[in-house]
Amino acid sequence: MARDRLEIKNIAKHFGPVKALDGVSLTLKPGECLALAGDNGAGKTTLIKVISGVHPATSGEVLIDGKPAQFSTPQQAREAGIETIYQDLALANNLTIGENIFLGREPKKRLWGFLPILDRKKMAEAATNVMKNLEFHTDRLDSPVQAFSGGQRQTVAIGRAVHWNASILIMDEPTAALGVPEQKKVLELIKALKAKGHSIIFISHNLQDIFEVSDRIVVMRRGKVAGERQIADIDHNEVVRLMISG
Amino acid sequence: METNNKQMLFLTLTKLRAWVFLALLLILFEVWSHTIYGRSFLANPYNLKSLAFFAAIPLLLALGQTFVIISAGIDLSVGFIMGLAAVISAKAVAYFGAMGLPDFPAVMLGIMVACLVAIIPGIINGILISSLGVPPFIGTLGMYGVARGAAFLFAGGMTVSVSNSILKWLGNGLIMGVPVLVIIVAIACIISHFLLSQTRFGQHTYAMGDNKAAADRAGINTKFLTIKIYALAGLFAGIAGALYTARFSAGSAQAGEPLLLISIAIVVIGGASLFGGSGTISGTIAGALVIAVIQYGLVYVNIEPFWQFIAVGIVIILSVLAEQAQSKLWGAK
Ligand SMILES: Nc1ncnc2c1ncn2[C@@H]1O[C@H](COP(=O)(O)OP(=O)(O)OP(=O)(O)O)[C@@H](O)[C@H]1O
Ligand SMILES: [Mg+2]
Repeated sequence: MARDRLEIKNIAKHFGPVKALDGVSLTLKPGECLALAGDNGAGKTTLIKVISGVHPATSGEVLIDGKPAQFSTPQQAREAGIETIYQDLALANNLTIGENIFLGREPKKRLWGFLPILDRKKMAEAATNVMKNLEFHTDRLDSPVQAFSGGQRQTVAIGRAVHWNASILIMDEPTAALGVPEQKKVLELIKALKAKGHSIIFISHNLQDIFEVSDRIVVMRRGKVAGERQIADIDHNEVVRLMISG
Repeated sequence: METNNKQMLFLTLTKLRAWVFLALLLILFEVWSHTIYGRSFLANPYNLKSLAFFAAIPLLLALGQTFVIISAGIDLSVGFIMGLAAVISAKAVAYFGAMGLPDFPAVMLGIMVACLVAIIPGIINGILISSLGVPPFIGTLGMYGVARGAAFLFAGGMTVSVSNSILKWLGNGLIMGVPVLVIIVAIACIISHFLLSQTRFGQHTYAMGDNKAAADRAGINTKFLTIKIYALAGLFAGIAGALYTARFSAGSAQAGEPLLLISIAIVVIGGASLFGGSGTISGTIAGALVIAVIQYGLVYVNIEPFWQFIAVGIVIILSVLAEQAQSKLWGAK
């Protein structure tokens, strides 16, 4: 069996008296899409925030490729190959695709051999490449991303993760803000990324989407893992039962 | 979502609106001048020099304000930070002169002290806003009061005069016919433009102004960035104060009082949105020229000065209307 890309052991996260996570353990294999399901407030977002360095865990352990990892900032998590994509499209809408892909990690070059300036050409080229790979065709690579639709912008967010060659992509309800055709497009993207060997954690309230793209599902309830199954071994009713009654 | 040519043209015009206003105003005063005086308004070196002097110091304040407004903030304290710096630079130059330093080092040291003092309230503004969660309007309003009081206390309630040949030259001298003051402000413009358009600092300022959460998630240290932005606004206010003292050979606590609102107006006329995320240095330069042309032009054609307020107000309103028309066109999905 392949070594786990990500393993989390017994993670707890308390916000004062609220036990948002109460001893959660799970694993993620290379090239696997793991669905994270659960009712509102089950702790899905909190869990991925712990993994991606937004919240420090109260206790527990995170291992990446078998090695212990503790991220205290999103930056550190990104350097370790974890990219997170949120439903509310974490893009700066006034910047171009390239500028968004490189936000916080802008490449520099030297003007006249000494003056460091942003390398806009490099950003634009990377944007062209990444977007072509995701079959996103536009001649407006120098427009601010506010000129694009929600699905196109979600593609940009995913493109950012792809460009930085994330080994683990975490998507928190990536289709929630999108229309149906654009949801389909994002699901196709997830399948393509999986095929390329990226590991994915996919959070969604839409069971149909989960069954379409995931290999395995972890159902959370009140900060705990209520059950874990291969997608082939479970149906909608069983997932709902786990979500409601553990 | 096709943008046709007419829309494209309109978008370009609204983006460059400050330059359009400027051109229209220049045409207006040119015609007016020919009508009543029978000579040109623009082809007159004295007028050009006066316009440059009019625009220079407000523009300096507006440069700092541009960074602040792009970051989705506002700085109400720059006017009195400028006043504080004017008083401090007058006192410091006089002090170093009295210690027996020659004019040149006395001026350099004096201006440095004034700038350092001006950066401190900027840093405090930044900390209040980024780390303590104080809204920019309130935090810098508080600093407005503190800087104002400090400036008057330092000045002892009076105008502080200073006599120093180098200082006087900085404020009134010419290099090949161009005022030194204007050259200094032009250099500040170039540096600001470089920072905003060519560096990570500028890029992150735009990102934070549009979507702070996105900037945070991208790993940008938005707290430190905010502090740097307000410190920069303080620094520009400090230089503005020192140049005021250089111009008039005296520092006054009220030096920047009328310039606070002007600095914001300049940035808005220049095309920045008060919601943050947009604005440019070239727009701000045009905005400063628009205001200077209105103020000086009306004096030149002998119109009562109160009309200035009305004219500037109308330009601000037109500018914001253009901005909204623009975002309607852009935002259309
Ligand atoms: N920053 C916080 N401070 C205090 N409590 C929090 C915080 N973040 C989350 N919680 C609490 O932790 C619990 C889990 O929230 P979380 O957002 O992880 O749920 P979720 O499974 O993502 O829900 P949803 O499906 O609605 O997105 C909730 O009770 C929530 O109120
Ligand atoms: Mg959630």
